[in-house]
Amino acid sequence: MELQLKIWRQKNADSGGGFEVYRVKANEHMSFLEMLDVLNEQLIAERKEPVAFDHDCREGICGACSMVINGRPHGPNQGTTTCQLHMRFFKDGDVITVEPFQARAFPVIKDLVVDRSAFDRIIQAGGYISVNTGQPVDGNAIPIERDTSSLAFDAAACIGCGACVAACPNGSAMLFVAAKVSHLGLLPQGKIEQDGRVQKMVAQMDEEGFGNCSNVAACEAECPKQISVSNIARLNRALITVSFQSS
Amino acid sequence: MLMKWLVDFLFRSSIGRKVVMSLSGLFLIAFLVVHLLGNLQLLASDGGRQFNLYAYFMTHNPLIKTVSYLLYLTILLHALQGIALARANRKAKGKSYAVSSNAPVSAFSKYMIHLGMILFIFLGLHMYQFWLQMKMGNAPVVSYPGTDHPVQDLNALVVEAFTNPFYVAIYALSMLALGLHLWHGFQSAFQTLGLNHPKYNGLIHMVGKVYAAFVAVGFAVIPVILFFRQV
Amino acid sequence: MKLDAKIPEGPLDQKWTQYQSRVPLVSPANKRKLEVIVVGSGLAGASAAASLGELGYQVKCFTFHDSPRRAHSIAAQGGINAAKNYMNDGDSVFRLFYDTIKGGDYRAREANVYRLAEVSNAIIDQAVAQGVPFAREYGGLLENRSFGGVQVSRTFYARGQTGQQLLIGAYQALSRQISLGTVKMYNRHEMLDLVVVDGKARGIIARNLISGAVERCAAHAVVLATGGYGNVFYLSTNAMGCNATAIWKAVRKGAFLGNPCFTQIHPTCIPVSGDYQSKLTLMSESLRNDGRVWVPARKEDAEAIRRKQKTANDIPEEQRDYFLERRYPAFGNLVPRDVASRAAKVECDKGLGVSPTGLAVFLDFGAAIRRYGKSKASVSGMAQPDVATIEKLGREVIAEKYGNLFEMYEKITGENPYNTPMMIYPAVHYTMGGLWVDYNLETNIPGLFAIGEANFSDHGANRLGASALMQGLADGYFVLPYTIGHFLSGEIRTPAIDPASAPFVEAEQKCKLRIEQLLQTRGHQSVESFHRKLGKIMWEHCGMSRNLQGLQSAREAIRNLRSEFWKDVFVPGRADEFNPELEKAGRVADFLELGELMVVDAMHRNESCGGHFREEYQTGEGETLRDDQQFNYVAAWAWPDLDREPELTREPLNYEYVKIATRSYK
Repeated sequence: MELQLKIWRQKNADSGGGFEVYRVKANEHMSFLEMLDVLNEQLIAERKEPVAFDHDCREGICGACSMVINGRPHGPNQGTTTCQLHMRFFKDGDVITVEPFQARAFPVIKDLVVDRSAFDRIIQAGGYISVNTGQPVDGNAIPIERDTSSLAFDAAACIGCGACVAACPNGSAMLFVAAKVSHLGLLPQGKIEQDGRVQKMVAQMDEEGFGNCSNVAACEAECPKQISVSNIARLNRALITVSFQSS
Repeated sequence: MLMKWLVDFLFRSSIGRKVVMSLSGLFLIAFLVVHLLGNLQLLASDGGRQFNLYAYFMTHNPLIKTVSYLLYLTILLHALQGIALARANRKAKGKSYAVSSNAPVSAFSKYMIHLGMILFIFLGLHMYQFWLQMKMGNAPVVSYPGTDHPVQDLNALVVEAFTNPFYVAIYALSMLALGLHLWHGFQSAFQTLGLNHPKYNGLIHMVGKVYAAFVAVGFAVIPVILFFRQV
Repeated sequence: MKLDAKIPEGPLDQKWTQYQSRVPLVSPANKRKLEVIVVGSGLAGASAAASLGELGYQVKCFTFHDSPRRAHSIAAQGGINAAKNYMNDGDSVFRLFYDTIKGGDYRAREANVYRLAEVSNAIIDQAVAQGVPFAREYGGLLENRSFGGVQVSRTFYARGQTGQQLLIGAYQALSRQISLGTVKMYNRHEMLDLVVVDGKARGIIARNLISGAVERCAAHAVVLATGGYGNVFYLSTNAMGCNATAIWKAVRKGAFLGNPCFTQIHPTCIPVSGDYQSKLTLMSESLRNDGRVWVPARKEDAEAIRRKQKTANDIPEEQRDYFLERRYPAFGNLVPRDVASRAAKVECDKGLGVSPTGLAVFLDFGAAIRRYGKSKASVSGMAQPDVATIEKLGREVIAEKYGNLFEMYEKITGENPYNTPMMIYPAVHYTMGGLWVDYNLETNIPGLFAIGEANFSDHGANRLGASALMQGLADGYFVLPYTIGHFLSGEIRTPAIDPASAPFVEAEQKCKLRIEQLLQTRGHQSVESFHRKLGKIMWEHCGMSRNLQGLQSAREAIRNLRSEFWKDVFVPGRADEFNPELEKAGRVADFLELGELMVVDAMHRNESCGGHFREEYQTGEGETLRDDQQFNYVAAWAWPDLDREPELTREPLNYEYVKIATRSYK
């Protein structure tokens, strides 16, 4: 199949950018990133600069790949990262627009690569359980109800890719924060620090310049791990409760 | 101390600011029901007696008067906070994408600010047309047997206004905007407060939609019926 | 030179306890003054950096990723072993130790492996406390499943994302230390060289991948946790960014590389579909708990399937060859990875492969679906369920166990594995070889440590499933934090290392020079094309089976390719900017050297063991034929000067507690 790609090119954080149009021949078994590999090889052969994009595991789990394909983070398929999006979902002659994730808290580094270190700083603010190596009791000393554990897992499945922020018309990181707060707060081990965690993580989120949630739920629709916005409700509840209770 | 915390929470914290939107929205949702039930009396074919007496009661009962000031305040708060949030969110998003997304999202949720602006402008007109005229005493005065005081004939004011098809259209369209605003707003208010549970989510969403449709249609039919009664 | 593994005296089961009580300690006041560089932030690196930070050392942690959470440990699916014996099926520390030694085909060091088995239980406790949502029974207790090469259920798991959950646990522990200021994180920084001062590892040269600046970073000790070098094969289950640069630079500075030819080929990967392919995707070994591996018994059926005239479902039961069950009745589909991979290759070589390329076998869940369906129907009180109901119920059970893996398979291949069997083929997955380390996990360069997949230590010639996560975390959480004290206790009088000293300046100059060289070559072939060529040579001659002639030609080919690379590579862009092609060029240049050493090692080891299968050395039944008389040792290679031959040092392996025997899974 032959495709027309409209790709955002931007030299670095300080320079402006713009769309460039490329033609590329692909086949339906390729992944989207393999199709971009083909384009890059083509560009290198023409002695031009290849398109920079973040990617690593290419099996949908590391969360590195981050691009907006035809207006949608990770492309048109539900529950799929860009690296697992295959070209059989496109047709010969398609025009595909590829842009970087867009949010003030995710500045562009180059082309399709953005800086998502704000997520790391949010986790550093409290997205952990304070336990030193060697302190714990036996694993089975903390029985956890199967359903609770499973619910915590659903939230813990977050790969930190930032598609939620990219999809949100407000550039809000609520789903990311809510997923971590739910993962840890649902488990008995994590309950102890939950109040402080919620406050610190939300404060850090606000400081990073993310927007406010208006319950559009675009995040849920685009999350490659299909994390539910019910986690956001849980975060809201937790923050409201702790705000009124804490001294 | 307490004040500072509360102000910080309600006007600085991203979640607190949304709580303001949610609580004020829920208050307005409750008000709309009362307002609609009162207004449906306009359709009684009694020359406006029931409606005018009701309006007199509503504007003279001290408790209700207090609540009405709270209401004006709430509307302002909801509107101003909404505008502030929309501005902040636009800044947080930066540029928008070259291609717009067709991902399934909560219906009309992306247009809350636009719908809200329409409603705010509509409110200006609405308040000017009826509330201000009443306050200025511009309505004719009538006396009903069995009451010891004359009342303003607000019914006449309303009936008069809706002889104009232009106003009928504005009111009906604004009520469409209200319905769409509530379509998302109702369940969104619950989500923001964290009132979300797999068992009850379906119910909340359904009640929200029924409510939005009921309120919008209820308000919109009044001018339409009044108009057609007079042609 | 004689290698001293520094194995403590005493009986096997007391070595580690006694070591812990005798290893010199560093006082808290001194820890604050000692700096440690950790390169890599996967399971081993993140857990080590976090634990060292907790102890009070000043840690600097480097990753080339944009966040420590993206390290490729995250992609591990199946699980992590521990000798908890929660299942009451006769497991013990000794049994885990024994299985690992046997699984590694008797080429691992007893003392290290025993210690690994000993600390395995603490890893589970640690992970649970961090909030890792392991699978649980209805009673709320931890659940286990089986993995290849063992007869007990000792694998803890978190759906098909165990690596992800464990890495997030370690990442969170690391994040906590970053916020406490004990660890300074250097994201998007790639190590380009090791700095050795007066014979001790004292720092690294790293490139800031965003600005392109080459930076010097000094510390009292350096820990490499940079993973394996499977990407030397171009196509592997490793992530695109996985590379050998850190360990290779250490080798070039005099560190020994242990058993470089020991590579694990994982039997259950999604087969290659075309030339454009950039990587291979693993299907968890846990699938072999319920999946049965087969090919058609008759060649004409296989050919018909390849031509798409028949499907798997058209082949009747009696015309299917469940070759693992046939050849290895005791372990069946759960034989170790090396055995399963080779068996699949044998069938495909016979012309029985089932994909259009002829390089695939079936992994079939039909029997499991029917078995689970019947059991579920009987639980729900159905007396005479029909076939459709049974299959529906069975599919539900399978979806609960492996749902995400089935989805992933469908996403990639476009085929629904609930209806037709999966097609799988072996692919490069893990490298047992790595930097040679002693019992302290210290290389032969004092102050340079290697942990996780980056070292060679625990898996011998073949790693058992669910043991990589165990080793990475054992090293990082429970071993290195103790053993590094052995070195650092001698450094308490050493002031902060000066990054302005001559060795640093010299190393930095060399790095800059090399970058210039890569950019200035301005030839005509892309970095990617060289990598593909290297991968092809390695896979053909140093992959699942090897022979002397092939290896000789491979060495020649690699040398030629290397010199061609430096004459004709084209790297676009500049040095002082974000330049992924330049990053890749440096990595491929190192693979071109490392690949040769792998071939040299494979050539010298005239025996077959574990993942190293030399065609000249096999039994009549096609099993590996070890030569314990001559090759019962670790091959530690030094190759600081490429113009000279690599130099071999042998560390003999002494088995005192395990009786060395022919490995049999029949």
